[in-house]
Amino acid sequence: MLWDLGSVLMFMVTSLVIIGITLLIAKLFRRDNPTEEKLTSYECGEDPVGNPWVQFNIRFYVVALIFLIFEVEIVFLYPWATVFKEMGFFTFVEMMIFVGILLVGYAYVWVKGDLNWVLPKPKYTADFDYSNVPRFKKPDAEKARKLQAVE
Amino acid sequence: MLPIEYYLWFAAALFAIGVAGVLLRRNVIIVFMSIELMLNAVNVTFIAFSRQMNNIDGQIFVFFVMTLAAAEVAVGLAIIVAMYRNKKSINVQDMNLLKW
Amino acid sequence: MESFVFYIFAFMVVAGGWVVIYSNNLIYSAFSLLFTFVGLAGLYGLLMADFIAATQILIYAGGVLILLLFGIMLTARKTSIEITQSNLPRLPGAIISSLIFLLLMVVIFSEPNWNSATNPGVKETVPVIGKLLMTKYLIPFELASILLLAALIGSVFIARREDS
Repeated sequence: MLWDLGSVLMFMVTSLVIIGITLLIAKLFRRDNPTEEKLTSYECGEDPVGNPWVQFNIRFYVVALIFLIFEVEIVFLYPWATVFKEMGFFTFVEMMIFVGILLVGYAYVWVKGDLNWVLPKPKYTADFDYSNVPRFKKPDAEKARKLQAVE
Repeated sequence: MLPIEYYLWFAAALFAIGVAGVLLRRNVIIVFMSIELMLNAVNVTFIAFSRQMNNIDGQIFVFFVMTLAAAEVAVGLAIIVAMYRNKKSINVQDMNLLKW
Repeated sequence: MESFVFYIFAFMVVAGGWVVIYSNNLIYSAFSLLFTFVGLAGLYGLLMADFIAATQILIYAGGVLILLLFGIMLTARKTSIEITQSNLPRLPGAIISSLIFLLLMVVIFSEPNWNSATNPGVKETVPVIGKLLMTKYLIPFELASILLLAALIGSVFIARREDS
């Protein structure tokens, strides 16, 4: 059995070696002429401004947390699945209890709206009333006449 | 087949590193990672003795420890995030109030 | 050969752990924790615990570490590079941790007879673990689901913004 795991190890080592050789060959053959312009991080043509450390939305964290909990549940399912066939119906009931208890948590986060991604409300939609926005106001007739008189 | 002492020394070293991290660092997240290191050191001992005794129960213990660690990280980081929201700091020494 | 692999993985784990507690940058700590977890999975594989090795990669490297990174990103300040504070009592902490290490070493060395006879280890771990989970450890198994439920609801409740 250690031999089987050894093949896994050899797989990992081989992949690392292949990546290393590829990078090494690229390093040997490419031109290396960095300028300050080239070394800036790529921002689709813009100059990068400010700190990359922005405060993330807490919703990312909540989703990652739900993922972690249910990942643990999946890991519990795996050894059960290997013995389910020979141990019969009782183990099925046990696992359904396990999954059912965790589904309560899933229902909780669903009902409380933690899975909903709250999009920011678009401000200017088709039925938006543009008349109050100064930019879109009809030109004032009185003002225009005054301006013309001045000119 | 390596003798079990190798794994015990290794686990002792990892545990000591975890203790040092908890005692020396003032950042809550680093303290958290150090606790994970200590849990992992204990897991290594469990697995080593499980092989030594030819007994699979140790692996089940490790499995439950991992479950517990996952739950602990979920709740602990939620607490850290909530504290950061209130106090704008993740320094252990700033967390000296039981109630905000 | 086996001891060579052991030393490589052990070095990976210990060096990773050292960087975790020594680095001033939180992101470096988190990524060196990845090396620690992967090296530990390798050691579990060396100890013939294949299921535990896979679980280690799944839960720790795939779940806990991602959550820690999210925690770091959520608590990162705009200006800060994380700095070790100078007022911490370095010496007592170092002394205590090395004392614990010495104590553990003394305990390990004082037992000369660890029954180091070669033991083949258990073959086919996964079905055995499944059987034990369904019979002997049934109550802890169901309690684990309650623990996970409590952790899920509690942490979502704590992490949610108050104003929503």
